[in-house]
Order: sequence, then structure tokens, then C-alpha cells
Amino acid sequence: MSEDILAGLAAIVNEVAGVPVEDVQSDKSFVDDLDVDSLSMVEVVMACEDKWGVKIPDSEVKNLKTVGDAVTYISANV
Amino acid sequence: MTRNVVVTGIGMTTPLGGDVASTWAQALAGQPGISQIPWPDWHPDQPAKIAGLMKVDPEEILTRVEVRRMDRSEQCALIAAREAWADAGSPEMDPVRLGAVVASGIGGVNSLISAYETIKEKGPLRVSPHMVTMIMPNGPAAMVGLEVGARAGVHTPVSACASGAEAISYAARMIQSGRADVVVTGGTEACINSVTMAGFAAMRALSTRNEDPNTASRPYDLDRDGFVMAEGAGILILEEEEFARARGARIYGRYGGAGLTSDGHHIAQPDPEGTGAARAMREAIEDAGLDLSSIVHVNAHATSTALGDYAESIALRAALGSHIDQAIVSATKAMTGHLLGGAGAVESIFSILALRDRIAPPTPNIFNFDPAIQLNVTANGPVALPAGDIAALNNSFGFGGHDVALVFTSV
Repeated sequence: MSEDILAGLAAIVNEVAGVPVEDVQSDKSFVDDLDVDSLSMVEVVMACEDKWGVKIPDSEVKNLKTVGDAVTYISANV
Repeated sequence: MTRNVVVTGIGMTTPLGGDVASTWAQALAGQPGISQIPWPDWHPDQPAKIAGLMKVDPEEILTRVEVRRMDRSEQCALIAAREAWADAGSPEMDPVRLGAVVASGIGGVNSLISAYETIKEKGPLRVSPHMVTMIMPNGPAAMVGLEVGARAGVHTPVSACASGAEAISYAARMIQSGRADVVVTGGTEACINSVTMAGFAAMRALSTRNEDPNTASRPYDLDRDGFVMAEGAGILILEEEEFARARGARIYGRYGGAGLTSDGHHIAQPDPEGTGAARAMREAIEDAGLDLSSIVHVNAHATSTALGDYAESIALRAALGSHIDQAIVSATKAMTGHLLGGAGAVESIFSILALRDRIAPPTPNIFNFDPAIQLNVTANGPVALPAGDIAALNNSFGFGGHDVALVFTSV
């Protein structure tokens, strides 16, 4: 399950920010490692909401520091 | 101490080609780049369905992420800027001495329209977080400024179809006044959509010669019926002469001067006497410190409208007097269509190349020369320009009554 979400998230980050799929790993920070800025993060959130039908409110987005944080949140709320 | 301004790099993407070399070759060959717009969902009442679409689509050149984050007008500005910057030898310099002045006449309207479509289809929470920086008129200047790391200032003069020319004059002033040593400058436009096309058509400004796109833009022809919308960008690298020489840069030509006036006549129609336009031309030639006789070539604004082409022609005669009879006039919009905010920049590059190659590009599509136009137009093909020190005048006028004339000189 979380592998599927990680793979889906990697595809989204690649689409939105051009980060190679293989670089999108659980321990990577969106901002510091993947250079996903706050605007691109909005796009990532939109795409995740559409893909998995979850709601990710702005108050949660600031807690999603790493790819793993996002995978955990989506897994728990999907 | 006078700080002279020279042109050390050029770049463009137009309906004639994806770069300078292909665009200039097609211009000299007199081959227009106008076509029917391939939209499946045209409203049957849409009056004008032809345009000068960029010959090489930016989406074929840029990365997917660049396309996603930039309006089409920003995309083509960036492509032209990359070509121009590389052409100038990618100067290594203090970024505090580097500026960017890039204009658009209209801004990122295509992106605004798609954002509205998104709201209708998916709701407001699906509007792109990049939408604002895609529609703002200073977006192309900002994107180009970021690309080269400009820190002397990034600016966007807006004067409709005179915007590209006004940007170049502003850039030159930055160098002359000592604010910058190098400025990346020019204009861009990419607003071919049903809304803009309907609006210009409502003004009766567009040609409706839909069945014969390549003869639709016909400046100075008796049967001209309006301009043809086009998209693309032109970018120049302007540089302080001593700075350019010190780094061994190749110099295409000199920026001579600019004249900027306003008609004070009507929001959209040209002053039929062309007095504001004539003053701009005289001021540009005076600013360049030249005699009227130095102007051997004119790249006219000449958009293929009944009123505009005629008003400019009498303004040229008023400005240059009998010297206009020795000047070879080209109306290159016959081939490119009208790039609005990009036009002044693309035509400045044409002017510089005309001086360099000593050739005035042709003005095709004149089947019945309007006898009211008393100019030496390149109606029958390209015309050689004289040797020695020569100068060219490039006119741009915009809705709002903006008149901008630029002068370039040979090296």
C-alpha cells in the first residue's frame, strides 16, 4: 500500500517539479533535498487530493516535511 | 562622459522560424508565415481565424516543468533570451551591472483564460499556484531576469504594440545613465485565443482573409483589410561599448537613439496627420545625433490597416522631408504578422540585420500598390543598402496613442 503511494507520489513530484522519480525517497525533504518550493508543493497537494481522494488542509501541509510524512498521511486518510 | 550602446547578441522565435538565422532567411526570401489556426472548436461567427503561429512551438524546446510554470509569452521570451545571451557569448559579469527589460503588450491572457476554464470545470481550488506569475505583464521580464541573474533592475514598459520598442529604449537608457553595463531587452507576445481574437476583430482591426492566410497581411496594398495576429519574441543584448570591447564581444550594430511621444488624439485610432509619430521619428534621429540623410532604411510599423499605414507614411515624409525618397522602406509584418508587444523587438533585430547585411527585406503581398502611399517600399523583393556609415529607423505605435521610434546604426 505505502509502496504504491510512494510510487504515485514520485510520479506526481516528477510531473510537477521535474525531480527524477528515483530521487523521491521516504527520507527526502521536499524543500531541502528535492527543491520543491511552496508553490510546487501546492501543486503536489492538489494532485495527491485528486489521485487518492484525500483532503490535505493547509494546516497539515506544513507538517509534511519529507516524502515519508506525505506517504504516512495519505495512507492514514485515504 | 558618453556611454555608447551597442548590440552584441540577438535572439528570436517567430512565425518565420525558431531562431534568428531561420527567421531572417525566410524574411529575405519574402515568405510569409501565416496560417489558419487549427482549432476544432471555432465559433462559426469568429471573424478572423488566421494567425502567425510560432514556427517552432516552445513546448518542443522547453522542459515539461518550464512549460507548466510559464505562460506562452514567457516561454517564447525565454527561448529568444537564451539564444541572444549565448549569441553574446554569455558574458561573465557582476550581476549588479546586468539588467532585463522585456515587454509584453497584453500579458499572459492565455493563462488567465485557462484558469477560468479550470474554475468552471474543477472549481477554484484547482487553479495553478503559478497562475499569477504567468499572467502578470512583468512575468516575461522577470523570467528572463532570473535566467541570466540580472540584479541591476528588471522592468516592463507597457504601451500596447509599441511595448517592445519602448523596452529597448528603456534598456538603452539604463546603460547610458550608468545603471547597467549589459541589459537583456526586447518584447514578447503570445495571446492567440478566441477572446483576444474576438476583441481585436470587434475593433475591425483584423484581416478576415481567412481563405488566403499568406496574403492576408498586406501593408500598403490598396485592398489591405487589417492586421494578422502573431506570436513570438525578439530579444537583444545591449551593452556599453567599452565594456563590450574589453571582453572582445562581436558587435552587430549600434543603438542610436529613441523618440517617444503620444498622439493625444484617440484611444485606438492613429492621428490621421501622424504628428505625434513624426515627432517621435525626428526625436529619435536627433537623439542619435544624426542628419536626416543618414536614414537609408525604415522598418515601418505598417500593420496592414487602412488608416495606420497611410498615417505613418505621411508622418515619415513629415519627419524626413525629401530624405524619405532616398530611404528604402520594408514592412516585414507582411510576413510575420503583427507580434503586438513583440513587434518592436523583432523589427529592431530585422533593422540591425538589414544594416549588417546591407539589405532591406522584401514586403510581399502588394498586388495593387496604394497610390496614396508615397514611399520607396521593397514591393518587388529585397533591395541593397549603401556601403559606409548608414542608419535605420524602426517605428512602433500602440493603441493608446503611443509613438516610439528607434534608430540603429551600422558598424
